[in-house]
Order: sequence, then structure tokens, then C-alpha cells
Amino acid sequence: MTQVSDPLIPGVELTPTPARGASLLRRSLRLWRTRIGVALVGLLVLVAIIGPYIAPYGPSTPVGVPNANPGGKAVLGTDYLGQDVLSRFLYGGRSILIMAVLATALGLIAGVAIGLVAAYSRNALDDVLMRGMDVIMAFPQIMLGLVAVAIIGPHAWVIVVAIALTTAPRIARVARGAAQPIVERDFIAASEAMGVPRWRIVSAELLPNTLGPLMVEASLRLTYSIAVIAALAFLGLSPDPNGANWGTMIQENQLVLAIQPWGALAPIIAIALLTIGTGLIGDGIARTAAGIDRARGEE
Amino acid sequence: MKRFRPGGVGWFIFRRLLLGIVVLILVSVLVFLATQALPGDPARAILGRTATPASLAALRRQLHLDQPVISQYWTWVTGLLHGNLGRSLAAQEPVSTLIGPRLVNSAVLVALAAVVSIPLSIAIGSWAAFRREKVFDVASSNLLLVLAALPEFVVGVLLVILLATTVSHVLPSISLVPPGSHPWDNWSALVLPTLTLVIAVAPYVARIMRASMIEVLESDYVEMARLKGLPERTVLVRHALPNALGPVFQVIALNLAYLAGGIIIVESVFQYTGIGLAIQESVVNHDLPVIQALTMLIAAVYVALNLLADVATIMVTPRLRTRL
Repeated sequence: MTQVSDPLIPGVELTPTPARGASLLRRSLRLWRTRIGVALVGLLVLVAIIGPYIAPYGPSTPVGVPNANPGGKAVLGTDYLGQDVLSRFLYGGRSILIMAVLATALGLIAGVAIGLVAAYSRNALDDVLMRGMDVIMAFPQIMLGLVAVAIIGPHAWVIVVAIALTTAPRIARVARGAAQPIVERDFIAASEAMGVPRWRIVSAELLPNTLGPLMVEASLRLTYSIAVIAALAFLGLSPDPNGANWGTMIQENQLVLAIQPWGALAPIIAIALLTIGTGLIGDGIARTAAGIDRARGEE
Repeated sequence: MKRFRPGGVGWFIFRRLLLGIVVLILVSVLVFLATQALPGDPARAILGRTATPASLAALRRQLHLDQPVISQYWTWVTGLLHGNLGRSLAAQEPVSTLIGPRLVNSAVLVALAAVVSIPLSIAIGSWAAFRREKVFDVASSNLLLVLAALPEFVVGVLLVILLATTVSHVLPSISLVPPGSHPWDNWSALVLPTLTLVIAVAPYVARIMRASMIEVLESDYVEMARLKGLPERTVLVRHALPNALGPVFQVIALNLAYLAGGIIIVESVFQYTGIGLAIQESVVNHDLPVIQALTMLIAAVYVALNLLADVATIMVTPRLRTRL
């Protein structure tokens, strides 16, 4: 844990404005944990993108007897229906990744907008917005996803919107918390006095100054989005119930673990490496941001 | 900082309680609208496209769908407050008799997970802070970071692979609680679900505990206690630990609230007969009254635990009281 203070505190050129997004990212890459995280996520994204092109068989093509052990035509064996585990694995990441990134991005945009407006308004609107967020946060994420899917149906957009809806309040809290001290600063009052439009103050003055905590929260939320979307598929709720999807694969092959573990093990390893990767990136950014804050406090 | 008002803590608790009730009322409106009013005709959704007009009309009457929305909501909410949770459409029995025993099963599981994870994570976090940047701290911090990132069902199925099927076979992989029996009748079936929940929660509590303990260990009063010549044990247990626990209470309560959602997944992995499995089943069966009741129940637990977290934090951190 020595990396926090080592490269950051002594002799680092500190700009007077807080670290902007890109520079924070670049600095966080000096930490090994961020590099490992980026490598893991990159690997899994690569698998998800090019997997379908290099898969030896189709995702639903029967290639042999069910639950065959690895070897012969099927490198990782066959699943409970006799489909090729490796091919389903290579096809199975795309939908989870696309839905998780979309849901997190949507939730991020909505949450940042709500949080910054709440912090900037400093009046009843603040209370109304944040109590509204409390209502949504009274449901566990997975629960809201389940209920939405139960009522409307397991369409991809329902899952994306439900996860975005549960992501937004958590982002909003962080955005508001980070923006509150900034709102009281003199340069905001100066901008107001100069007649800068409110939307410009929020987007050009507040937003850049809250990017550090927001990036940490966003990577945490991406980790959760991946987990919840894969968990919904694991519970049997995915847009394509028989399609190749890492969550679905784990559920399908869980009961035959004793005979052929690879059907469940391959997607488990993939999801685990992916969420560990996003977790490491988030931790790396958090440590870098904390190091920068500490250095500034000692000035 | 404002002047300290006598009775400030009571006023704070009262305000938080009021806020919690407002949130629950809004949640109930949301749950009601989402499950009852929005998706067109629930009677048709329940009975399917082939339903006859007569059976549709009968079901609408049974669900009070022939009345205005506001009076439907009123009937439902007053029923909830009187313990009448409605009738399960799939099981054809009152929701309360359906979920009663399952509630006990889930409570046992959550309580067990809490009893194991809280002392464990406090111990890990404190020890890591005490041996800061030594082997134990570095190893445990990295391990906890990895464990915190893993989704519950991944942890659950990995444990099944390790302990119940492929690698070794020392524990059952399925934890059904047959009707009429209690979870503690078959303790070995409780081990894996509990362990999964512990792994899901402990990393967060341990990390906060470590951070909080480090801050306390660097404080003046701990330095003072050491300079007085108190034994290191006394410094840690009597002076540092109680002060470091303040911020941890909130995280513990938040994580217990998180367990309320976590059981949905964990109970499904192990087919443990609790309310989490009941939610999953009711979603698959489109059993709206059960979904409504369980959603309200979990939301209430969630709000109550968050309230408890705020109050506990105020109680154990006297200096916060002056800011109320």
C-alpha cells in the first residue's frame, strides 16, 4: 500500500485547479493495480468483441453428447445440451458488456445532472430531488431489476433502464456531495455576478471540479451493473433465455458441475476477472485522487 | 457550527423517522402504481390471452380493479397495515401464510451472516490498521479488494465447485429447507449460503474499519495513552477501538440492508427456502400480490436499517450531535 504516498506527494507539479478527468486517469495508470485492471478489462472486452468471429461453432449448434469432458472437437467440452462450451463462452460476453456499459452511462448522465442541479439550487428543489433519489434507493438494485422485468418483460431495454434507474441516485449523491463545497466557492459567485448562464455554471464550472469522485463512483457502478445484469441472467431473466450469455450459462450448467465443471466455470472466471478488473481500476483512481487531495492539503 | 440545542438528538431521530415514513409512503405509491395501474389490464396479464370475459371480470372484482385507482390504493395500503398482504395468485393462499416461515428462514440466514461477518471484519480491519503496510495488511487489503468486486452468485457457485462438487465434497450444494423443518435442523446446509453472504459483506466493513482505525491510531489521545505508559493492548482495546467503531456502524447497517437484496441471489444459488427465493419465484410466476408484499417488506427493512445507521452513528459519535 506504499504507492499512495510515494510517487504523488513529493515533487509533483500541482496545478491550481483540481485534477481534470484525463490527467487523473493518466496519473492513476502509474499504479500497478490500475494497469492490471485495465489489462483484465481489455482482455475480456476483446473476448466479447472478437469472440463471435473466432468461435469454432455457433452458440446453439449441437456438437456432441451432453456434458462431454474437454477434448476432441470441443476444447472445453460440451454443455448440458451438447453445445460447445468454448463457442458459447466466446459469444456470451457481448450482450452483458453492452447492456452494462449502456446502463451505467445512462445512470451516470442522469445522476450527474440531478446531483449537480440539486447542489447548485440550494433550495427546496435540492430536497425534492434528493428525497426522490432516496425513494429509488429504498429498493435493492437487483430487486428493482426483477420487478421491472416481471411487469414489463425481459427486454434488453427494460433491463438497461432499470439498472440505469438504480444507478442514477447513487451517482447523484456523490455528485451532490462533491459539488456542495464548490458551490460555496468565490469563483461560482464571480461567475454569477458576471451573468454566466446557470446551465453553463453547472456544466463548465461545477462538473469539471467533481470529476475525481465521480470517476471512482462510475467505475464502482460499472462493476455493480455487470454483476446485476449477469445475476438477472443467472436468475433466468435475460432478453434471450436460451441465448449464449455468461450469466445464463452458469445457471444452465450449475446442476452438472460434478460431471462437467467447465460449462459454468468458464463464464464464472470471465465475470470474476471482468469485475475484479473494473474494481481495480476504480481503486487505482480513488487512490490517485486521494493522493492528490492529500498533497494539496499539505501545501 | 450551530449552538447545541437541548433535546437535539431526540429532534434528529424524530425528523429522520418522519422522513423514513414519507419515503415508505412514496415507495408504496410507486410499488402500487408499477404493479397495479401501469401495465394495462393485470387481470389479462395474470390469466393470459385465452381467458374468458367472465373469468376476467371475476378476477377484476377480486382484485378490486372495478374501483377507482385511489380507493384501490387505499384498500391495499390499509390491508398492509393490518397485516393483510393479499392472496398469492399462484399458491391460492394468503401471502402472509406463504412468506411467514420463509421470513424466519431468511432472518436466520441474515442473522448468521451478520454474526459471523461483523466481528470478523472488525478484527481484520483493526489488525490491518495496527500492522499497517506489513504483510498482513497488504495481503488482506488486496484479497478484500478482489472479493469485494466479485458478484454474489459467482462467489456462491465458486464455493459449490470448491466445497460441494468438483474439488471436494464436504458440504451440500443445495440448501432446501423442507416445509415444517427449521434451517438449524440441518446446519451443514447453512454453511455455504452464510459463507457467500459473509464474503459479500465483510470486505466493505473491514476496509472502513481499517481506515477508521488508522485515523484513530494517529490521533493525539492515542499518543497520550501510549505516553502515559499504558500497555499496548489497553490502548488498542480501551482507547482506540471504541472510537474507531463510529463510522463503521453506518457501514454495517448499510451492509445489512444490502443483505436484504443479496439474499435474492444467494437463496437462488443454493435453493434456500427464504423470501429471496420467494421473490424470484413470484417474478417467474407473475404473482403480483407476492411481489408487492415482498417489495414493500424489503423496502421497509432497507429504510429502517438506514435510519438505524444514522441514529447509531450519532449515538456513538458525540461530536456530531453539536451539528444537529
